[in-house]
Amino acid sequence: MSRVGGGRVVSGAATDSRHAALGLSDLEYDRIVELLGREPGDTELAMLSLMWSEHCAYKHSRRLLRRLPTEGPAVLMGPGENAGVVDVGGGLGLAFKVESHNHPSAVEPFQGAATGVGGILRDVFAVGARPIAVLDSLRFGEVARSARSRYLLERAVAGIGHYGNSIGVPTIGGEVYFEHAYEQNCLVNAMCLGLAPQARLIRAAAAGPGNVLVLLGALTGRDGIGGASVLASAEFGEGDADKRPTVQIGDPFAEKKLLECSLELLDSELLVSLQDLGAAGLTSSASEMAAKGAVGLDIDCDRVPLREPGMEPFEIMVSESQERMLCVVVPERVPDVVAVCERWEIRATPIGEVTDSGRMRIRAGGELVADLPVGILVDDCPVYDLAPVAPEGGPTSIYPAPEPVSAAVDAAGSAGDTLLALLASANLASRLPVFEQYDPVVQSRTVRRPDEADAAVLALPTGEAIAVSIDGNGRRVACDPRTGAAEVVYECAANLACVGGEPLGLTNCLNFGNPEKGHVAWQLSEAVDGIAAACEALSVPVIGGNVSLYNEAPAGPIYPTPVIGMVGRLPDPARAGRLAFGSEGDAIAIVGGFHPSPVGSELAKLRGEPLAAPLPPLDAIAALGAHRAVREAVRAGTLTSAHDIAEGGIAVALAECCVAGNVGARVELPEGLDPFAEAFGRAFVVSGPPEALAGIGAEPGGPRSGHAAVPVTVIGRVGGPALELEGVLGVPVAALAEARAGGLAAAL
Amino acid sequence: MKFGIVRFPGSCDDIDAQLACERVGEAVLLWHADRDLQGVDAVVIPGGFSYGDYLRAGAIARFAPVMESVAEFAREGGLVLGICNGFQVLCEAGLLPGALLPNVSLRFVFRQVRLEVVDSETPFTRACEPGRTLSIPAKHASGRYFSPEPVDVVLRYAPGENPNGSQDDIAGVRNAAGNVFGLMPHPEHAVDPLTGSVDGLSIFESMRVSVEARVAA
Repeated sequence: MSRVGGGRVVSGAATDSRHAALGLSDLEYDRIVELLGREPGDTELAMLSLMWSEHCAYKHSRRLLRRLPTEGPAVLMGPGENAGVVDVGGGLGLAFKVESHNHPSAVEPFQGAATGVGGILRDVFAVGARPIAVLDSLRFGEVARSARSRYLLERAVAGIGHYGNSIGVPTIGGEVYFEHAYEQNCLVNAMCLGLAPQARLIRAAAAGPGNVLVLLGALTGRDGIGGASVLASAEFGEGDADKRPTVQIGDPFAEKKLLECSLELLDSELLVSLQDLGAAGLTSSASEMAAKGAVGLDIDCDRVPLREPGMEPFEIMVSESQERMLCVVVPERVPDVVAVCERWEIRATPIGEVTDSGRMRIRAGGELVADLPVGILVDDCPVYDLAPVAPEGGPTSIYPAPEPVSAAVDAAGSAGDTLLALLASANLASRLPVFEQYDPVVQSRTVRRPDEADAAVLALPTGEAIAVSIDGNGRRVACDPRTGAAEVVYECAANLACVGGEPLGLTNCLNFGNPEKGHVAWQLSEAVDGIAAACEALSVPVIGGNVSLYNEAPAGPIYPTPVIGMVGRLPDPARAGRLAFGSEGDAIAIVGGFHPSPVGSELAKLRGEPLAAPLPPLDAIAALGAHRAVREAVRAGTLTSAHDIAEGGIAVALAECCVAGNVGARVELPEGLDPFAEAFGRAFVVSGPPEALAGIGAEPGGPRSGHAAVPVTVIGRVGGPALELEGVLGVPVAALAEARAGGLAAAL
Repeated sequence: MKFGIVRFPGSCDDIDAQLACERVGEAVLLWHADRDLQGVDAVVIPGGFSYGDYLRAGAIARFAPVMESVAEFAREGGLVLGICNGFQVLCEAGLLPGALLPNVSLRFVFRQVRLEVVDSETPFTRACEPGRTLSIPAKHASGRYFSPEPVDVVLRYAPGENPNGSQDDIAGVRNAAGNVFGLMPHPEHAVDPLTGSVDGLSIFESMRVSVEARVAA
């Protein structure tokens, strides 16, 4: 027992293993004792172990993330808030963020994915924005071979749909890929966008000693205890079924009421600040609010409404029960807050107050069970430098070669069969079986639904629109982390260009293995450098994000998977681009310099070829020029279709345009162009009236504008019942559609 | 012409329905706990997940105070439109015959479907010429219509378009008096060329014409 300040801090017997079981190293524990000048009590240690976890403290990534550019003319709120916000004109702010829920989804896919959506929605309405769209990025093992991966896919998709559909927020896009490297560690990343009048935007800083801390929403139970430390910040091993109780349970109906209630409280100007309860529950939301406002907080655990009796103070402080928010209210306004909450049938309970002590003081049963300086929780966690070591034998020596999938794709097979095999593969097949389980139209803003265009488009009340795309490609990042990660950023920007969108900002989720291992640290460091360089070149700031490390099983780490969600703006939604070929007789052209390579391609994967390096080099100026040319042509209404060339190369890009438009094409590929070789984010397939296409590559603003001319190569015409690549292949559109329709449907 | 859109906790397509109604008239939101229908000329029970639908879709909403007033309004001949969850609520409340069972796939499904207007004489379809086909999105997990008795069918899914396995491809039915109509697809999501088709507008336009004809008479 020890005495601190005026109150008694209840301390259990300090055993050697107490901190280790909570995920703290001996060095970290020693640092806590040194900072406190005493042994921490049980409640204090539980709080510190969560706040000092990788998930909350970013201790292995914080220094690295400083390399990313975070400023830009449109940025209203950057990293550090619940979600970043960009200016979309007309006095409106667009909040967005992507976050991972990988480990919970691997243990319990339905609830893990559902609460992943619930958590990112709360991040967005915590800044005062109404959630207007969700997108997801998913990775699983090979569904063709793995029953477990099929189960994870089916249940994660059902969980996302359950939450998003029920709460009335459209799921407007996303991506899903399958690789053996995700067999033990699936990835479930969810991105949410929200819209707010800029005057309603609110920060999470607590302020005003004497103000009341009010807990909103669901009862606090024993679910999700230790989720951020035990589950999210460690590798998986044997006996993970025991971790199921660390997964939270979602209730979208409770969240729908909490969302409407929170927005009404903000519209009525009843709140000083607002914060959601996510990882590490009350501990993290309260201490972050206190740190941002440079104040202290007193919390009485006895006042927290509980779902079950007999909960220990530490359980109350770290519970990750869902659908809860924490707000600071001026004392006179508390009755008004309670009245609004009653109307929405939302529980509102004063549980403490703001102080000028700079300390988090937690009481239970009349005793002081924790008394910690706010700084020790939020700022004093040791930050580690990575120790990157490039793997001997090249970047790809860590991963085994993929198992070959189909005899139809060996080099002796016909190009037509190869194209059909690619379209039928799980990675390239139609996503309809997944997207059909989501509501993309609720809220009446959706101008481009999934499969209609390379990016989703949402109309704004200003008459303009926003475009959004989410992307990642772990296999290519594994091949060549720096170029692979940069490619993802370029591909997002290319997707936006296809609908006429110009980038405003991006959010990222860095999904990697164990950063304490040299080769993972190297992947992480290289990938962040690649993203940073791409952001600089494209002038796109990073406005927030998330890091998910320790995605590693005994068999090894996942492919390094940075996921990028990018948002752009377009002036006229009526002219938003589409990917489908439309009119017979339209000319088809490649816009941009396209110099692809078979390295890291989908075809190489299907053939079971080992990963290789390097990817084709990225020429930033050329890519930017191609993006600009396509964007301006779409905005001018010149094009019938625009589609970026990505997985499966030019042949798959053309096939996708044909299937979407249910029309064929007759094409002569440029001399020497491998129809299945890949390079991402650099070039496009467009179609339009022949005379209109002639103008799009010219120097914008004339020859002296400083912009280089963009290569535009006319390669054929839209029309007929088949996709014909002269001298290469000819396949009826119906056969392309059939192959593409079946690939994923079989797995679901 | 003033529409009232009922808002339950968990309604999701309430604002969408309001926006659609505002294309042909005025529209106000009616709170589930209030009995006052604010003198509206027609009531819309919107889509969504009233009270979370954790028991059975619409099973709790039918007990909401506002539903007593809606039932009274319907008895007096007022026009009541139930969309998706609203259709489920009207069946649970006994204002429409039959029930909506979980989809054959046991999954939520979103699909743009084509609907055949079987009865273009109702107050909800009179703006549609006979035999017209409407393209409207459907999105639900429990949309498989079932009725042991013969019912008055207003809309059917076009051949091959049935997304849920409903009996005889039924997409929408009316009561015997013809003033209460429920359908699973969402006409409020088909009123703007920017976001899809405009075929759903004919449902709201029909209601306006019906109310105005009655007022004129």
